[in-house]
Amino acid sequence: MSAIRRPSPVLTFGKYAALAFYLIFALFPLYWLVKISITPDQLVFTEGTALWPSETTLGNFRTVIFHTDFLAYFGNSLIVSLGTAAATTLIAAGAGYAFSRFNFGGKRVIIALMLVTQMFPLLMIIAPIYKIVAAMGLLNSLTSLIVVYTAFNVPFATFLMQSFFDGIPKDLEEAAMMDGCTRFQALRKVIFPLTLPGLGATLGFVFTAAWSELLFALMLISRNEAMTFPVGLLTFVSKFSVDWGQMMAAGVLALIPSCLFFIFIQRYLVQGLTSGAVKG
Amino acid sequence: MTATRTAATSGISRAWRSAYMRYLVEPYLYVGPAVAMIALVMLVPLVIGISYSFQSITLLKPFETGWIGLENYATLWRDAKFWLALENTFWWTLSSLTFQFALGLGLALLLNTQFYGKRLFQALVFLPWAVPTFLSALTWAWLFNPVIGPLPHWMAALGILSEPYNILGDPDLAMWGPVAANVWFGVPFFAITLLAALQSIPGELYEAAEIDGASAWQVFTKITLPFLAPMIAITVMLRTIWIANFADLIFVMTGGGPANATQILSTYVFTTAFRKLDFGYASAIAVALLGLLMVYAVLLLAIRRRFVKI
Repeated sequence: MSAIRRPSPVLTFGKYAALAFYLIFALFPLYWLVKISITPDQLVFTEGTALWPSETTLGNFRTVIFHTDFLAYFGNSLIVSLGTAAATTLIAAGAGYAFSRFNFGGKRVIIALMLVTQMFPLLMIIAPIYKIVAAMGLLNSLTSLIVVYTAFNVPFATFLMQSFFDGIPKDLEEAAMMDGCTRFQALRKVIFPLTLPGLGATLGFVFTAAWSELLFALMLISRNEAMTFPVGLLTFVSKFSVDWGQMMAAGVLALIPSCLFFIFIQRYLVQGLTSGAVKG
Repeated sequence: MTATRTAATSGISRAWRSAYMRYLVEPYLYVGPAVAMIALVMLVPLVIGISYSFQSITLLKPFETGWIGLENYATLWRDAKFWLALENTFWWTLSSLTFQFALGLGLALLLNTQFYGKRLFQALVFLPWAVPTFLSALTWAWLFNPVIGPLPHWMAALGILSEPYNILGDPDLAMWGPVAANVWFGVPFFAITLLAALQSIPGELYEAAEIDGASAWQVFTKITLPFLAPMIAITVMLRTIWIANFADLIFVMTGGGPANATQILSTYVFTTAFRKLDFGYASAIAVALLGLLMVYAVLLLAIRRRFVKI
């Protein structure tokens, strides 16, 4: 009778086989995207389904960057995503702080309303939003996208920020207020530095969400100059559906900002999401 | 004497004023912008959207605008495409959810053990979550394309397909395309949520089970699953609603085709609003979807209250 149970070789093999499966499942589609993006045009049709092309090229990236409008789409998406991330985080930090530190009349109603916004089909409001934006003359403007995306992301970002504020002891700002700070000063000087990771995670999360939004952008943007990356890429795909290398090169470009943010936020996201979810 | 009294009263009033600021006004200053934003951009349009479902609003026919009562809903009732989309929504949600959950649970159990290179492994397998949805959709559509994608050739080699063709063009199989993309994209979310729940199970329980000589299967069914159950219930409910509403993948991969074989309610809402510019009818479909989801949520909460006693 041994106190420590040693895992059987079958189990160990099974575990590593499962690890390999998950790794291949997660990475293979992305590998394929990158592979086609560096395959020369003339080889795509003969070697499209080979695991690795006999020649590689960066020509597709050069074409996409210098001879198409993707750089402009990229810029538009960057403006929209950064604007949305900044506005959402600022608004959500305020609301998250209020939820974490105060009891006030209507708090439960506001929380319930925020939860409702996470559940109803967002497409329900696509027609009214279109009409309102059109009436204000803001179709094809990046500002309207920023406002709409900010509203969409505020509820979740608020819950995320609240979970970060909950992790900071109340005593800290109470001590600062004893010493003569107003609450806002205490917030700025004591709490703000401690929430930096939380703010970063929220920024990253919202950035990624705004970067990938497609349907409202399709509805609100039709002029080429104002297109965001998803809209531009989809238009390109429907127009030039045989330029495989270029489409995939554009896809790889779209992947870069999300992946950068993801690497930065994934550590915080796991802790932030889970602490919020466990309480929820 | 008078001097001290004034000082005292002014002290009280200042304290009162600051308390007033602190507890009655201040919270609303912090929460106000968020509430204003959500009310103006989501709740008001939501009410307007519901009102659209009782109107005829087609941008292409501006002179036929007006209140028409329940006519949109009557049309909906007779619309074969609506019933097909409803059925498809069910299959789309059920199959996506089942695979996401099974694979997500497996991944969470793996990540709850120790192995070399775990941090890197975790970052890599969570990566699909960071991929923008439109790009996941395009990537999977390309993988299923026999010209540049390997999947049709593999499936033909395995005997699943008679010859390598694009399943996205086959009404019988097309739905598996978006489902595959959805599973790929959604596994990390389930894994993260379930991993957190796994890590909150007290380790002493496992030690006690080990001392009592429980088998791995017994430990899993008697300790792990019962502890995970409440979390699983909440996550599955929220995800069901989310997946049923999720139109992006299908819209990009098949546009609802071929022959509406992949048309679900949310893509039907979007294509009606976006392509036909028929806002009245699109809103009626959306209200029907909202109603169904509410019925589902209420049912699930009732079942939960009946069976899960906390």
